Amino acid sequence: MSIEIRNIHKRFGDFTALDNVNLTVESGELVALLGPSGCGKTTLLRIIAGLETPDAGRVLFGGEDATHTHVSERQVGFVFQHYALFRHMTVFDNVAFGLSVRPRKVRPSKEEIRDKVMKLLKLVQLDWLADAYPGQLSGGQRQRIALARSLAVEPKVLLLDEPFGALDAKVRKDLRRWLRELHDEIHVTSVFVTHDQEEALEVSDRVVVMDHGRIEQVGAPDDIYEHPASPFVTQFLGDVNLFHGRVDGAHLTIGDYAHPLAAPPGEGQALAYVRPHDLIVSRAADDALASGTVEHIHAVGPLVRIEVATGDGQTLEAVLAKEVFRELAILPGESVFLKPRKVSVFLADGDYSI
Amino acid sequence: MNWWELFATAGPVLLTGALYTLLFAVAAMVLGLALGFAVALVRVARVPLVSHLAAFYVSAMRGTPLLVQIFVIYYGLPGVGIEFEPVTAGILALTLNVAAYLSESMRGAIAGVEKGQWDAALSLGFTWWQSMRYVVAPQALRLAVPSLSNSLISLIKDTSLVSVITVTELMLATKEVIAQTFQPLPLYLAAAAIYWALSASFERVQKRVEARLERAHRR
Repeated sequence: MSIEIRNIHKRFGDFTALDNVNLTVESGELVALLGPSGCGKTTLLRIIAGLETPDAGRVLFGGEDATHTHVSERQVGFVFQHYALFRHMTVFDNVAFGLSVRPRKVRPSKEEIRDKVMKLLKLVQLDWLADAYPGQLSGGQRQRIALARSLAVEPKVLLLDEPFGALDAKVRKDLRRWLRELHDEIHVTSVFVTHDQEEALEVSDRVVVMDHGRIEQVGAPDDIYEHPASPFVTQFLGDVNLFHGRVDGAHLTIGDYAHPLAAPPGEGQALAYVRPHDLIVSRAADDALASGTVEHIHAVGPLVRIEVATGDGQTLEAVLAKEVFRELAILPGESVFLKPRKVSVFLADGDYSI
Repeated sequence: MNWWELFATAGPVLLTGALYTLLFAVAAMVLGLALGFAVALVRVARVPLVSHLAAFYVSAMRGTPLLVQIFVIYYGLPGVGIEFEPVTAGILALTLNVAAYLSESMRGAIAGVEKGQWDAALSLGFTWWQSMRYVVAPQALRLAVPSLSNSLISLIKDTSLVSVITVTELMLATKEVIAQTFQPLPLYLAAAAIYWALSASFERVQKRVEARLERAHRR
């Protein structure tokens, strides 16, 4: 079931949570709403669910207007950051409940409910916990039960609000992969909210980056990462080094350094972003964008992170592979030169809203 | 007359009185819980007009002495043609009074259940009433039991006030026996012991209910 968001506006008092948001989620897609807190991503998700009413605009499910359909009739599955399991019921009853309170005419028989619940508990690999109460489970287990519960009513769309936000790093990573696999298996149209760019990029088919109640960019994870459409998206998707320069013709100039641009954004003052792994560290001064003194070296793991203090008080960050680092044999306190492999350039006074 | 003989004569009278006390307490508890829940519901659901009336009712009941309420119902209402038997008037006054307190405990407990529980229930396709009935109310009950019990134990003792409208419950029965025997100390102490026994057995009920509701929260 596809979801269409048309011209949605939402205010809370003086605060604009959503400012003319348009988005289409294709049937069977897994889409991430990514952005910092307060960007409107959760509000948008709750409006899709019907837990919140938009001030203006429409929500369409499979082409049909659902804007005024009550949440209990929208047939959405909703997974909450803090699980919201029914604490006074066993795991089995939690999952079964959406089915067992249905009107008699459309209610499956006791045996059917039992089979279905056990099947779902097997799907989330927790069938052995059927008789436990939510209070007896770990966070990761609770969230998997919450997912099984939302799937029991065969939702047309599955909505997840920071589903792994309250879990520790290891469990979060496991569940991420597991959600991806689950989605590949059942193919229900899914939207999930996260502020973790790694999570969004790893799990989803498409990422919607939001800020200040607006959509900044929509695209496939690698597309968004490689071609961020605005300074905000560039900064939000990962660590960056920022340089101020100018675009003249087909060149970006930063001090004495000149970088050819294949597709210049225009002319004028510019912001140039270079990701740490796109900075080449060397001892040779030729073609260098910047130079400085090595301040710190973090050499844990396969990548080595080097902090370089430039003369003008800026600290730049470069990441290189351990082998490259070994060959260079840099020590703290040494002078090094930095050269960009790839630069994302935006005009300083540009308007990048879409 | 020694104490044994005294209690042998007074015993049956006091026990009959205690039965009336129990009748008042249990009737007002059951009716009060039902009325209190209804009042809490209309206030939580913010039913227009009705919720304002409910708020006024709660304020009026909590803001006036129970004794005055009993007088108004038993001696006042006949003035406008509404007459009650003493027992009915007593149960009515106690119910109206205790329901106001109970409704506030329930309202607080319902508000104390996380908002996410409502969202979860509604998104699973429950109606408002189903969400309340199966998800919110059972969890609110657990939160409400200690403060509900406070009101209900007070109620057991408040039944002594209906003695003013000629109902021979435990208090009035005690006074009558004292009038015949001139032994206030042992008889008042006996009455106090009976009130305490009633309250203590109610506390046992409370403990059981709590243990039952606590099952899901044990680790």
